[in-house]
Amino acid sequence: MQAIKRIKSKTVVIPSSNIDTDQIIPARFLTTTTKDGLGKQLFADWRYERDGTPKREFVLNRPEARGAEILVAGRNFGCGSSREHAPWALLDFGIRAVVSTEIADIFRGNSLMNGLLPVIVDDETSRWLLANPGAEVEIDLETRRLTLPSGSAVSFPIEAFARQCLLNGIDELGYLRGKLGAIERYEAAFAATPA
Amino acid sequence: MSARTLFDKVWSAHEVVAETADAPAVLYIDLHLIHEVTSPQAFSLLKSMNLPVRRPDRTLASMDHSTPTLSEQVFGNVPIKVDAAARQVRQLEQNAAEFGVELFGLRDARRGIVHVISPELGATQPGMTIVCGDSHTSTHGAFGALAFGIGTTEVGHVFATQALLQRKPKTFAVNVEGKLRPGVTAKDLILAIIGQIGVSGGTGHVLEFRGSTIRALSMDERMTVCNMSIEAGARAGMIAPDEITFAYLQGRPRAPAGKDWEAALARWRTLATDPGAVFDASVNIDAAQIEPMITYGTNPGMVVPIGAAIPSKVGDAMFDKALHYMGFHGGDAMLGKPVNVVFIGSCTNGRLEDLQAAAQILKGRKVAPGVHLLIVPGSQQIKRQAEESGLADVFKAAGADWRESGCSMCLGMNGDTVAAGQYSISTSNRNFEGRQGKGARTLLVSPLTAAASAVTGRIADPRELM
Repeated sequence: MQAIKRIKSKTVVIPSSNIDTDQIIPARFLTTTTKDGLGKQLFADWRYERDGTPKREFVLNRPEARGAEILVAGRNFGCGSSREHAPWALLDFGIRAVVSTEIADIFRGNSLMNGLLPVIVDDETSRWLLANPGAEVEIDLETRRLTLPSGSAVSFPIEAFARQCLLNGIDELGYLRGKLGAIERYEAAFAATPA
Repeated sequence: MSARTLFDKVWSAHEVVAETADAPAVLYIDLHLIHEVTSPQAFSLLKSMNLPVRRPDRTLASMDHSTPTLSEQVFGNVPIKVDAAARQVRQLEQNAAEFGVELFGLRDARRGIVHVISPELGATQPGMTIVCGDSHTSTHGAFGALAFGIGTTEVGHVFATQALLQRKPKTFAVNVEGKLRPGVTAKDLILAIIGQIGVSGGTGHVLEFRGSTIRALSMDERMTVCNMSIEAGARAGMIAPDEITFAYLQGRPRAPAGKDWEAALARWRTLATDPGAVFDASVNIDAAQIEPMITYGTNPGMVVPIGAAIPSKVGDAMFDKALHYMGFHGGDAMLGKPVNVVFIGSCTNGRLEDLQAAAQILKGRKVAPGVHLLIVPGSQQIKRQAEESGLADVFKAAGADWRESGCSMCLGMNGDTVAAGQYSISTSNRNFEGRQGKGARTLLVSPLTAAASAVTGRIADPRELM
């Protein structure tokens, strides 16, 4: 995984709250057996007409969204299914951070594991970002700060271990495999019976 | 030792390494359930690292999401209609064989929805940690297990180590007291709870469903309740194991037997939350006040008693967008609205008691003209039980479409879909936009309400047909 220190980009805004992973990528696209190319299906039912032509009015199809790496959304983003296809699709499309007042647990975990930054901000900051699509925003993972165009900054929480992994571009499996000795000792002591 | 919750006990018993400020806990996983949709990329990870599945004996595979429910595609010579789904099924067969994982394959008599078959086999047991690349893994919490959904990267972690890195969630007591009224089911109870705490009310928490109402529920009903914990945003839902749990498990193929059974019982009896244990959050629910519930919007928190009208929220654009998608208006009555499709099944309501409830209404009645009633058992074993006990005959006589087991129309990725604009009265768990097919409009209800609506052709209160 690539190390992430800072993301500086204009935003793209989808103001809906409770955007579930079925919207981010509908189930009928989950028959894939790889992670590749899912960006085409990102928000498919909001983005395309029935015949597959892009809906001109949908924000991700608009020219001003091109190149935006930060998605700002209403509260409780990523609720619903555990499908990791959701962060895969966002990343494949070019989104590198999602900003909301609340991000669902499983989606947040899946995002951290793939280098998509889940950034939780206060109501006031969220309101400003939702009202100002295209704003140039900087997200600094090292200082855990999101800086608005005005120069004012807010800090955001992020799990300490995941942050270290992202800053250094290492994945968690290496660390977990480093604990195999402890896992074996645990099994010997407590978990002798198989399921 | 200070008073501990059920969750605290299960969590601490599985801490290989406790969490610190800098690092999450290493949590041991007793049982890893897998299915065809969220496992292929995890197997690919193992292959790329040249790693085995470390504990195949703690791994069980089923296929359910993309499998067809038409008998001729499952058992006949008709190919699976959805090509990509057929590939996924083949890939799981290959991966399971290559990595030595036990698989309940397409034609296996024990196959079914992963969250239905694991309890049915007795593989799901109190005090266990259980994970699956599927958010409805919360179902298994009905047995006093800590069970939660994970992503595919984490499926890979469990394959490689039989452990996960996890931050300890907070605890949330859902205290339910009183007697559910006739015609009010476990599904109505959990919909009412979600309506009260909201679709993100449980975020960061593990729910424990407690109180006299919960104690009186059967295991099938408890599974319905825990299944939808995730729809309140919760990491997991749990119910302390008791005599009802033990009676359900005794004699099942994977449950402990003989001396092991006695030892297991002694262990399981210590799991319930200690008196005086403190939860991080709590809510009190009066079961006697709950009516049959129905959703009217595009998330499970948009729910009302079936006799109520849709609320109006002036100036709430999201609310209006949801109603517009559904083709509804604030102030509309739910009762009497037209129905196109009725789906009875899923990991929420595809178990035998759910089918019995539906049959109670359908017996001697006919599905209304123009309505498609699809009834899909949660597993092949349930299918057989329903056929042997005459339930399937009741369904067929009523004009229902009776299928092979699977996730089916819950998520429309297996050929079973609802057409755009159509109204689907569904016993499944999610009424998200497009969940049952692009443009499909889903209303979540109990099996009783689903069956009543199928025979009247309109949204109906099941109590009028009981």
